[in-house]
Amino acid sequence: MILALASVAVIGACGGKKAPGTAPAPAATAARDTAAERKARDEAAQRESARVTADAAAARQRMIDDSIAGARAAEEAMRRDSDMLRATVMATIGFEFNKADLRDESKAALDAKIPILLANTGVAVRIAGHADERGSTEYNLALGTQRAATAKRYLVERGVAEGRIETTSFGEERPVCTENNEECWTRNRRDEFEITVGGPMLTKPRS
Amino acid sequence: MRFHRQRAVGLLLLAGALPLGAQDTTARGVRIGLRYDPGSKPGVIVLPVSGSAGDSIRAILERDFDYSDRLSIVPLSPEDGSVLGSAPPAGSSPVLNYALFAKVGAAGVVQVTITTRGLHVTLHDVAKADVATVREFSLPKTEYAREWRLAIHGVSDAVQEWIIGERGASQSRIAFIRSYVVRVVDSDGQEETALPVVGEALSPSWNSLGTMILYNTFGPESRVVLQDLRSGRTRDFGSQRNTQRITPVFTPDGKSVVYALSGEAGSDLFLLPVDGEAFPRRMTVGRGSRNWGPSFNPDGTRLAFGSDRSGHPEVYIMDADGTNADIFTAFDFGDQNDRTSPDWSPDGRQIAFMSRIDGRYQVFAMSLRDRQPRQLTSEGENEDPSWAPDGRHLVFVSTRTGTRQLWIVDTESGRLRQLTQVGGTRVPAWSPRLTGK
Repeated sequence: MILALASVAVIGACGGKKAPGTAPAPAATAARDTAAERKARDEAAQRESARVTADAAAARQRMIDDSIAGARAAEEAMRRDSDMLRATVMATIGFEFNKADLRDESKAALDAKIPILLANTGVAVRIAGHADERGSTEYNLALGTQRAATAKRYLVERGVAEGRIETTSFGEERPVCTENNEECWTRNRRDEFEITVGGPMLTKPRS
Repeated sequence: MRFHRQRAVGLLLLAGALPLGAQDTTARGVRIGLRYDPGSKPGVIVLPVSGSAGDSIRAILERDFDYSDRLSIVPLSPEDGSVLGSAPPAGSSPVLNYALFAKVGAAGVVQVTITTRGLHVTLHDVAKADVATVREFSLPKTEYAREWRLAIHGVSDAVQEWIIGERGASQSRIAFIRSYVVRVVDSDGQEETALPVVGEALSPSWNSLGTMILYNTFGPESRVVLQDLRSGRTRDFGSQRNTQRITPVFTPDGKSVVYALSGEAGSDLFLLPVDGEAFPRRMTVGRGSRNWGPSFNPDGTRLAFGSDRSGHPEVYIMDADGTNADIFTAFDFGDQNDRTSPDWSPDGRQIAFMSRIDGRYQVFAMSLRDRQPRQLTSEGENEDPSWAPDGRHLVFVSTRTGTRQLWIVDTESGRLRQLTQVGGTRVPAWSPRLTGK
């Protein structure tokens, strides 16, 4: 969109100026012209005209290229911003063993998501709760549901529309780490956040 | 006619040489309440079976008797040939050297003859030196096929009933999950097959006729799925946003499905009629706690389930209408408080479950009468017990070999056998007896 607008502006600017040309030959000398001279003059004029046209086209192209590059740079900056915003929205939060309530650092991570979600009302997310391998398969599915639900409740209570947040559970079925130790279990007890609608470009919240 | 156990004891000359089976070692501070009485295992000889597939038939019968843990196979060495007598024509009364059978420790002799319709089976009572029972069994035509093997397991179970008064449980199958696909294997570890895939499956269970399997899928669009094993048709009970449907089971009358609906407000048990348009009826009011994993008693009047309403997972029992919920595992296990995955025994007397001991799940059984827990495993991690139709054996998941495999334990003797050989095997459910419907 931005790129298209920029291109239109460039073309508009070109149209507003007269293309530079050569002055016409003096009329007094015209009678003495031989056919050969006239032919040579015409050819020179044609060459000059072609050169002028080419120069104008090249200049126009440079302006278009510059505009595109500018737009790309702006887009790139926005994309970098958007990627950071997306990373914030998608940042996982952790839980204590067999618990579904939010720790302080989890609340902080959710707090960081809230202004982004409020500024991007077209975005919908899915929160998936996960558990470590301890606990029964089935209990962990239920536990994952609750872990997703507590994060959702926190966001909804702070203004994010309920319908924009889906919750699900993968229990212990999608570990990010498969070693049998506390560090690994800690990483596996988590909520993952997936943007399901409106993902490509996120707008910075107005601060 | 039945052999009485007391008489069989006297006949068991080889009793002292019988292997005691692989018993788990006892974990610290926990008593393994195992009884082992080799005298209660009458010795049986299965005579060689002549004809096509005869060796296979004999091998299946012998293995079933062995796995029953109620009979012991008396091996026949080539030198024992003289005790066999001559094979009689089908239907005629065979003449066997009963004195020699008694000498090698056999209480019963099983003689099988292949007929045009199936198998002609004779059980000899060695003590009485006479034929005890004769019966003709029909068999599917295709030898070695899945249903042919199941029919031979039926012969095993009938012969066990002739000898000890209780039908065997070898004519049954075990459903389980591997790679989120429901698979079914015969009780002797043969004939593993996969059900059609409808999403990622967990927690299979059987109806009381053994004709249908329920399971759930998890993740977004989690649902309860019913697989009709006869028609091959799959039925899907639908999904609901923001919820997981967990641990579906049939009520014993087969008319309803009970499952845990796990949503943002907790996880409660719901009852849904299989036929008709009725809405699911809530059975537990967990007030935000998690309630899951129902298992009915045989007459369907009560059910056991897991709940963390007290703050940690324990096994509870309640009436089928959802009233009178009470903790079942009210016992100081002296370790992390986590007991779950109850399975009510088919005779109604016991509930198996798993309890975390020293950071690992172990399989327990507890009688409803004395409520004294018996720890049945201790090596590796052992989870998700499910009773055999004989109310004596349990299938469970064990990591003792380094991979997750199904194992079977005889809760009387502690004897163990490995059922599966491929890792990643989970959440087993033993079928009822599959007596050919």
